[in-house]
Amino acid sequence: MRILGKGQIDRNRPISFRFDGKTYQGYQGDTVASALLANDVRLMGRSFKYHRPRGVLTAGSEEPNALLEVIGATNQTPNVRATMQEVFEGLNTQSQNRFPSLAFDALGVNDVFSRFLSAGFYYKTFMWPRAFWEKLYEPMIRRAAGLGRLSGKHDEGHYEKAYAFCDLLVIGSGPAGLAAALTAARAGADVILAEEDRELGGRLLADEPELDGAPARDWVATVEAELRGLPNVRVMTRTTVTGAYDNGTFGALERVGLHTPARADLPRECFWRIVAKRAVLAAGALERPIAFPMNDRPGIMMAGAVRSYLNRWGVTAGKRVTVFANNDGARQTARQLMAAGVEVAAILDSREDASAIEDCPVYLGARVTDTSGRLGLRAISGSHVGGDFQIETDCLAMSGGWNPTVHLTCHLNGRPRWNADIAAFVPSEGAVPGLSVAGAANGDFTTHGCLAAGQAAAIAALAEIGVTAAAVPLPRAEGVPYAIQPLWLVEGKGRAWLDFANDVTTKDVKLSAQEGFTSVEHMKRYTTQGMAPDQGKSSNVAALAVLADATGRGIPETGTTTYRPPFTPVSIASMGAGGRAEGFAPQRFTTSDQASRDRHAPMIEAGLWYRPSYFPKPGEKTWRESCDREVNMVRSAVGVSDVSTLGKIDIQGKDAARFLDLVYTNTFSTLPVSRVRYGLMLREDGLVLDDGTTARLGENHYLMTTTTAAAGLVMRHLDFIHQTHCADWDLRLISVTESWAQFAVAGPKARALLNAVLDAPLGDFPFMACGETQVGGVKGRLFRISFSGEEGYEVAVPSRYGESLFRDLVAKAEAMGGGPYGMEALNVLRIEKGFITHAEIHGRTTAFDIGMEKMVSAKKDCIGKAMAARPGMVGEEREQLVGLKLSQETKAFGGAHLFTQGEAVGREASQGYVTSVCWSPMFGAMLAMGFLKNGRARHGEKIRIVDHLRDLDLIAEVCDPVFHDPKGEKLRA
Amino acid sequence: MPELIAKTALSDKKPATFAGTTLAEADPGPVASIALFPGQEKALAKALKPMVFPAPNSFTENGGVRLVWTGRDQAFLIGAEPPALDGIAAVTDQSGGWATLTVTGPVAAEALMRLVPLDLRPTFAVGQAARAPLGHMQSVIFRTAADGFTVMVFRSMARTAWHEIEVALRSLAARAALI
Repeated sequence: MRILGKGQIDRNRPISFRFDGKTYQGYQGDTVASALLANDVRLMGRSFKYHRPRGVLTAGSEEPNALLEVIGATNQTPNVRATMQEVFEGLNTQSQNRFPSLAFDALGVNDVFSRFLSAGFYYKTFMWPRAFWEKLYEPMIRRAAGLGRLSGKHDEGHYEKAYAFCDLLVIGSGPAGLAAALTAARAGADVILAEEDRELGGRLLADEPELDGAPARDWVATVEAELRGLPNVRVMTRTTVTGAYDNGTFGALERVGLHTPARADLPRECFWRIVAKRAVLAAGALERPIAFPMNDRPGIMMAGAVRSYLNRWGVTAGKRVTVFANNDGARQTARQLMAAGVEVAAILDSREDASAIEDCPVYLGARVTDTSGRLGLRAISGSHVGGDFQIETDCLAMSGGWNPTVHLTCHLNGRPRWNADIAAFVPSEGAVPGLSVAGAANGDFTTHGCLAAGQAAAIAALAEIGVTAAAVPLPRAEGVPYAIQPLWLVEGKGRAWLDFANDVTTKDVKLSAQEGFTSVEHMKRYTTQGMAPDQGKSSNVAALAVLADATGRGIPETGTTTYRPPFTPVSIASMGAGGRAEGFAPQRFTTSDQASRDRHAPMIEAGLWYRPSYFPKPGEKTWRESCDREVNMVRSAVGVSDVSTLGKIDIQGKDAARFLDLVYTNTFSTLPVSRVRYGLMLREDGLVLDDGTTARLGENHYLMTTTTAAAGLVMRHLDFIHQTHCADWDLRLISVTESWAQFAVAGPKARALLNAVLDAPLGDFPFMACGETQVGGVKGRLFRISFSGEEGYEVAVPSRYGESLFRDLVAKAEAMGGGPYGMEALNVLRIEKGFITHAEIHGRTTAFDIGMEKMVSAKKDCIGKAMAARPGMVGEEREQLVGLKLSQETKAFGGAHLFTQGEAVGREASQGYVTSVCWSPMFGAMLAMGFLKNGRARHGEKIRIVDHLRDLDLIAEVCDPVFHDPKGEKLRA
Repeated sequence: MPELIAKTALSDKKPATFAGTTLAEADPGPVASIALFPGQEKALAKALKPMVFPAPNSFTENGGVRLVWTGRDQAFLIGAEPPALDGIAAVTDQSGGWATLTVTGPVAAEALMRLVPLDLRPTFAVGQAARAPLGHMQSVIFRTAADGFTVMVFRSMARTAWHEIEVALRSLAARAALI
């Protein structure tokens, strides 16, 4: 129900939104919770385990009960707290964990059987048979329990990530936070003020104390205006600081667009990483419930929340309110309600010595012993020094005291300290380096104390970073001390809830202690207390107080469980902002990309690169038809392929040759200028890292080529070797992968094609030669190398000319009966020729395994040489590279295992495996490469290939891996 | 004899403006890495005149030609062909290997601070340069004006860089429209 004249909502801007299919009206400034309460809707959810009807408990992010699904065009978000979701026109929400409806929930039957469903029930009941757990019990329990549902679709909403830096991060904008921010702002420091709510003010908004004799809201508005006007201050509302990390880094989640209808380009949320030289935590305190029998009915709320709804949103949570508390503060709830014209049935104060003077009945030494009302509170039973009583009431405002919001101070393993004066945990000093705590978060519950502490914290923090801040005039405020007498639970017949979100009662905690789970961490896991989306914000301290009592220890000895980030749930979508689908990694495109796409080549991802798979011609129906044609084209005419993706590293300096001798197994210092040599590189552990060709461009100038897959890896390896083994050498390395567009020209007509393109005809240019060349007046480089087994060249020009040269090469090749070829044909050509790729040098093979042990020079040392000589790295027992040949056409069987004919097929009997497979149009056979135990001695043997994934069982002939032109005559033609 | 046509990485992209801030591709002309050989500081200083080899995290400028620090004993000479530096420094052409983007306008720093984990507020002054990740890419970033940055990324990744910076600018424009 709305109260006229109360609240800060904009009554000129009515807003309609939907909850469970019904349209309700609220106002600009409302949350779903405040708007529903204004519409007299108290039932907002069902509990996790017993499916009990539940209403809103709090007015903040700690809300355990009122969790909703918000349904939008691009996403369906579960577990949204009704207290945090602001209403906007068209907002569509629905309740969770109920079937068929919120008012009648079939699984409410769990509640009837609740005494069988106590903590540990599942562990004890669903133990046998063991196999049933995963297949039957767990899915069944998960369906019965649980909260919101996911849509099963991608979240296509737009999210954002960002970095921010400041001198002082102020977390929270209540009196302490505002005083800290204002002090630091006037000192000229870079300040970020992060506030979880949509408005600054914290409890000043909810409690409406007077500052300087005027409403606190006026002071808040003045300070906010000043802060927002300063260039050195960034005010971030709707921003929850969710975690404290090393070196002054904080995570924060900003609700950027969750309070408005979706708009193009507007992020829903932004995940901030804020690096602050110093931080002041002024996050306030959270009020805690009292565990009395049947304390979970809709209408039973926190006293502070009742105050918030009244003062911030002009809503009374009931027509006849009762207050039950163990401290003075909750009296304000009764007084303010009465001042607003709401009937207060009674104040139940658990303290016998408290004041009885109020404008309503006050019961001292009082307890609530039972409640009634299935879908909403109707009445309570109580007792006090004078006897038992019953009160008709539709709202019970309870307060068991306040817990300072210590969470962030525990994120780096700090443990809070028990303060008996306020019966609460307070932060340990210095728990997070550079973070100080001020105000209610530090256990100071007076407005005056908060203002002064916030200012002092800012001055001290800034002094540490060399900024002198002066005290600013602070408004006069009350300084009434906080009086509390602990009351954790009320014994009685019914269940008394501690953790509303996970349905944990005092009985569950006692049972945990009784069964030996007496450590607070064990109790948490046994009962699931504190493990719901609210992470036990309302229940942790009360639960451990009950545990302390049950185990006969004090609260400080019992201790708390560990508070970990995040403080409130953070959507994975925000942390992975921009990373969905193609945003997952950078896309790399070659200069010939558009030319390939123009020819309808399907592009495949090779690492981050996109490369043409094949170039279909009209009439070709399958990739194999195109691939076979391209292979034959290279073998009989000429083919052009973009090989720019291979890594290229420019190596210069007087020690360049010496360096290459160190990193390669073979020798490069003896390579003549204008020649290319194939090289093999080992990791420090002796296994093969990469292979490729390196050209000597000048006396002290080399150009190394790496595989596409290992380009970055090799660059890193070389930098590492340079920096750790020979930092003083005259040597400089830089990647030039991106600087050159390089194209393979291969086939019997390769030379003719080049002569049609190059500015001067090619003279004597033998196999493994390299040199400068010129194309259309542009200086380029030419290498005579081949990855296809044919006469092959690679021509390179600066990248900006790449597309132009590719189009020209292809057009001229086509005129000669050739054309472009893609990755599929490239793969077939290299398998036919027996050339390895990272399918073979996959990180577990040695130079010996691939038949290149002779390339490890005996005359010099190299990286990995010693380790490659370890026992077990060479020998008959090693799986060695072999070719496999099969005359019938089959499905590809890469990854299949090899077995000796006539022997068992099983993991232990595996003789090796297949790494590369293709159909060779040239040989009319399936050709494969693989590794076989003692394989080089087994050429000619028939071996069994079993592919369990593709259900293949084949016989192939073991042979030399080089099928095509074993003598290399074509290369040298 | 063919005529080769030069193309920058993003030749099909027109400048895009959001929140008063413009993302555009620039053609900086020649780019060469100059990597000082050990002990050649004085010789290099002499050979580079009137250019000055930059201190770490900065760039120097002379008549529109820039020398931008890009690593230990390494800088990129942008906008002019390199002088002869045989034996003094390793000179490597990088011209086409990098795509050059400029981000100019009131929210340029804020947009880049969505992708780059550096404090790019005015403390990162005109004349400063950095090697820093831009999303998942490596980049060279330098401030050329109070409201202007130049960002260099690998040519092959230019489209991703453009997309990510554009999304950041669009988000900022949408945020501004919210108030």
